[in-house]
Amino acid sequence: MKHLLIGIFLILAGVSPLIAAVIEVGVGLPCPDIRTALDRARSGDTILVHPGIYAEGNLAINKPLTLLGIGYPVLDGRHLDEVLTVNSPYVTVRGFDIRNSGQMSTMDLAGVKVLSADSVLIEGNRFQDCNFAIYLSNTIGCRVSKNVVQGIIKEEQNSGNGIHLWKCSGAVIEENYLTGHRDGIYFEFVTDSEIKGNTSEKNLRYGLHFMFSHNDRYHHNTFRNNGAGVAVMYSRQVTMTENYFGYNWGSSAYGILLKDISDSHIWKNNFEYNSAGVYMEGASRIILEENQFRENGWALRVQASCDANVIRGNNFFGNSFDVSTNGSLVLNTFNGNYWDKYEGYDLDRDGIGDVPFRPVSLYAVVVERMPHALMLMRSFMVYLMDKAEKIIPSLTPEHLMDEKPVMRPLAI
Amino acid sequence: MKTLVRDITPAIHFAKMQHTTHASAVAGNPIFRIIKYVLYDILQNRIVIGYTLFLLAVSMGLFALSDDPTKGLISLLNIVLIVAPLVSAIFATIHFYNASEFIELLAAQPIRRGVIVWSQFLGLVIALEIAVLAGIGIPVALYTPTATGLTLLLAAMGLTLVFVALALLASVVTRDKAKGIGVALLLWFYFALLYDALVLFILFTFADYPLEKATLVLAALNPIDLARVMVLLQMDISALMGYTGALFREWLGSSWGILTAVGILFLWAAVPMLLAVRVFRRKDL
Repeated sequence: MKHLLIGIFLILAGVSPLIAAVIEVGVGLPCPDIRTALDRARSGDTILVHPGIYAEGNLAINKPLTLLGIGYPVLDGRHLDEVLTVNSPYVTVRGFDIRNSGQMSTMDLAGVKVLSADSVLIEGNRFQDCNFAIYLSNTIGCRVSKNVVQGIIKEEQNSGNGIHLWKCSGAVIEENYLTGHRDGIYFEFVTDSEIKGNTSEKNLRYGLHFMFSHNDRYHHNTFRNNGAGVAVMYSRQVTMTENYFGYNWGSSAYGILLKDISDSHIWKNNFEYNSAGVYMEGASRIILEENQFRENGWALRVQASCDANVIRGNNFFGNSFDVSTNGSLVLNTFNGNYWDKYEGYDLDRDGIGDVPFRPVSLYAVVVERMPHALMLMRSFMVYLMDKAEKIIPSLTPEHLMDEKPVMRPLAI
Repeated sequence: MKTLVRDITPAIHFAKMQHTTHASAVAGNPIFRIIKYVLYDILQNRIVIGYTLFLLAVSMGLFALSDDPTKGLISLLNIVLIVAPLVSAIFATIHFYNASEFIELLAAQPIRRGVIVWSQFLGLVIALEIAVLAGIGIPVALYTPTATGLTLLLAAMGLTLVFVALALLASVVTRDKAKGIGVALLLWFYFALLYDALVLFILFTFADYPLEKATLVLAALNPIDLARVMVLLQMDISALMGYTGALFREWLGSSWGILTAVGILFLWAAVPMLLAVRVFRRKDL
């Protein structure tokens, strides 16, 4: 491999003196450390790093370079420094094992930090025990893909995020695996970006965290077993499709927490075994359709501060509570969902139940007001209460109902 | 007249048995022999057979009717929490009173009083547990052989044990048959219905106070609630984990939750049973 590359380099060098050079770094090679290579390299060069442990303090990349690791050479920050700082556009970092970044309370130290540099590619690296693993700040069009990021669980205030983006646009975050950080992926002031095919699990707080980030899409991701699930806050026009949200357990753990978000689309997602599948607070004009809610504590918790949301064509199976709300005001539409608790009939055989379904049970209202009553779940007394309420609704929100519940589960 | 004949059958069996075996062997360990005859007698009882068939029909029907086995389990849970305690309590009481002649006969033999009560208890428990195993166990094994299904079966068996013990205590304490059945019925009514209403009332009244530990204690003070919580730990764990109390989460989230629930359920059977033995020892038959 090495000789081949050198050969290619020699041929290319013969053809054109302008073509990029390859600088090899490794024990016994003319260039023993990366710092020297970075100094020697000219714009467009490739630095090829052979296996070994490189603990060289903070390395800054100030030219458009390609930094390639062969057999995952280790870049060790010795818990003191930031490992790589990218200050130049068009930099590629690929195939490294980046470890032990420093941690400071005044600065966010990272495994790889990209500062105001556009079109940077960070691909196929491993990160271990970094404060922040990948940190993009003020960038356009960067790509972070196929990295494996493993943090060491610390307390929330001393831990950083796996992939952290601040004030970026046009970023693509794809097929990364993230675990053991504060938030798996964190977006703040990030626009027109895409998050796809990532797996984020067992993070301290959120698997994915959006703040003030508009026009973004995330799809085909898996968020599992995170401290509090996924949060999308203070954002608009976010598209969330075909993701999996599961096993987020806790009194404030949600599949998705939607807070002050508007004009978004939640489509074809799977919510399984979450304490709350979707929690909505101050959410407006969100379309929630063709999602699968299975065995969640609460499939949907819609606070009274939400308006003009449409919940249609979803499947609800085996959730302890289908919907709960904290008031009697209902400004949202429920339509054409499948509810496994629906007991109505369909005389005209059009597949749509002839009587509306009220997804909020009396017991859900009681538990909302008095969480201790959770101990009485599935008690015969609760069953009687719910039956009585179904016949004469008095305490449950009168207008919260699905007018056209479908009789059979929807094929999603 | 017919019932009288039926009632003394075990006595006749027992008399035959004593006749044919060495007295020393019987005096050595008579409890198993007595259990054997009590058990034979109960298993031939039409009510026990009917109960088994009823459970079987209801469970099979519920699973066959709902396309989702979880839904079937939820309906079955309601049946288990209501029917299993009721049938166990009533049947145990009636049986104990009907067997009074047999018990008097045994008391006339050189057999300890404790052995007599225990053999009645174990005979009843084994017979009713067989009914539960067949009536609920088979459908659960066929339709949903999951942890939740198994826990439901365990809960049904635990409740049977507890309510047989409570019923025996009730029948040992009261001499009159009608009164004994009444006490057993009241116990069932209290634990199955009244108690949860009381708990809800307490929770409403003291809603402003920290009630986390109190709710746990309240659940432990009712065997039916305990059995329900055991099943909830499997069925609705996602919702239970959404509960705000940290202690609650710690306790329920680990395997300690189910272990303590099973342990306390056993206490609910052991304490009434030991009390019944104590009372029966001193009772003037």
